[in-house]
Amino acid sequence: MAETATQARAPTFFQQVIDATPGYSNLEMCIQCGTCGGSCPSGPDMDHTPRTLFAMIRAVEVEPSMKERILRSNTFWYCVSCYHCMERCPQEVHITDIMYTLKRISVKENIYDSSKAPDFSKTFINWVENYGRAFELGLMGQHLALHNPFGAFKLAGMGIGMVTKGRMAFTPTPIKDVKGLKAILAKAKEIEETL
Amino acid sequence: MKYNYYPGCSLEKSASSYDVSTRAIAPALGIEFMEVEDWNCCGATEYIALNRMAAYALTARNLALASKNKESDQLIAPCSACYLNLRKCNQYLYDDEPLAKNVNIALAEGGLSYEAGSLRVRHLLDIVVNDVGYDAIQAKVTKPLTGLRIAPYYGCLIVRPDFGRGKHKSHETTFDNPEYPTSLDKLLKVLGAEVVDFPYKAHCCGGHMTQISDATGFEIIRRLIKGASDYRADMVVTLCPMCQMNLDAFQGAVNVHFKTNYHMPVLFFTQMIGLAFGMSAQEMGIGTELVDARPALAKIGVEVPPPEDEGTVKKPKKDDKSLPMPRLE
Repeated sequence: MAETATQARAPTFFQQVIDATPGYSNLEMCIQCGTCGGSCPSGPDMDHTPRTLFAMIRAVEVEPSMKERILRSNTFWYCVSCYHCMERCPQEVHITDIMYTLKRISVKENIYDSSKAPDFSKTFINWVENYGRAFELGLMGQHLALHNPFGAFKLAGMGIGMVTKGRMAFTPTPIKDVKGLKAILAKAKEIEETL
Repeated sequence: MKYNYYPGCSLEKSASSYDVSTRAIAPALGIEFMEVEDWNCCGATEYIALNRMAAYALTARNLALASKNKESDQLIAPCSACYLNLRKCNQYLYDDEPLAKNVNIALAEGGLSYEAGSLRVRHLLDIVVNDVGYDAIQAKVTKPLTGLRIAPYYGCLIVRPDFGRGKHKSHETTFDNPEYPTSLDKLLKVLGAEVVDFPYKAHCCGGHMTQISDATGFEIIRRLIKGASDYRADMVVTLCPMCQMNLDAFQGAVNVHFKTNYHMPVLFFTQMIGLAFGMSAQEMGIGTELVDARPALAKIGVEVPPPEDEGTVKKPKKDDKSLPMPRLE
């Protein structure tokens, strides 16, 4: 499609990822060396190494179908947020932050292969948004019920151990100013929508 | 020395022994903690996966609350994940002006504001080794941990990412090496322990991975436990509640998964300081580990009395005013 001078060009997916990353991403600096994938503790279980994913992000411009392949990749959901890649990257690409950006785009556009990881984040945050603090028992209970009701026995020993050792609260503890917190978060979400 | 203190959600319950031991050793170290009034969750690794502005506003609310206290411009977090989130939020609000502006618009809804960079966010270990110092600690050791082989485990977020190596020269570098940290090694040696050169000391514990893909999560934990065991460590000592939980609470599941039989206790560095200062195991909250630390601690003559109600589920109080929840009985 020919582009006229007056037509504003929609930002590329590449630019979209850069813009949605807090601070500076340095994504444009990637030289495809692969240090990231080699440093990753969960790299062997990822569909694509971060390096491959960054090449795919650039490729969306010439091959639009690539975007869905990126968002369906398990790579960013398997990122354990250890920052080893980011520390070792010779180009100082903020790889871990870009992984979080891809998670957010995947959730927002509702494109993912497995809802397990997005649901875990949502369940966790649901407690935080309503009480101000994390609630492990509620999180684990809801998450297992949703995604692994028959696999719960695997973790039963751990759960019972945590409870008998007094390391699991039975009820969430709300902060004092839940109202103020909710107002802050509502405003923040409203701003995010406009960006 | 006075500091703003942000305990974080884990230290309230799942790692309460970390909080108990930290508060117990504070007077001996000459540290006074001022807990941040009405602090909230830092967002862990979850909120940033869903909403950028809300995640930064959530973390920034803590910075705003801490900065109200003019007695100290330093904020201490004992949990590495909280430390990272608070430090990163402080840094990125400073780097990214539009982000800081928008976060402050959101904070205003709750009557708060925060000037990026006005607080210095530090990890508890940094305070102990750099502000208190090895010499002052050594002078207080009355029961050295002689004969105990310890694998010091730092995990990730206390030393990474190192913003100081970036193009922004104003950025503060991490207090220890991002790949090969040594501050905890030195501290444990000062306490009298035999410290093993643990090759996985700055590797990841897997974070929330056990909940996303247990095969991946368990493998990450297995490598660490195997490493400590291969180096004939009596125990792993850590400084992060998430690392402690993954290595300790999931060790049983890891043993089942890989048909192994590891028995590697995992304690917090604050507990080891307390023991070396002559405080009791009870005062240090020892006994709440899932992997029994008693055989290892017996080596240094520390006895851990079994808790009276071991094996029974603690019932919530009758006058509990919190919301009703299903009870495990």
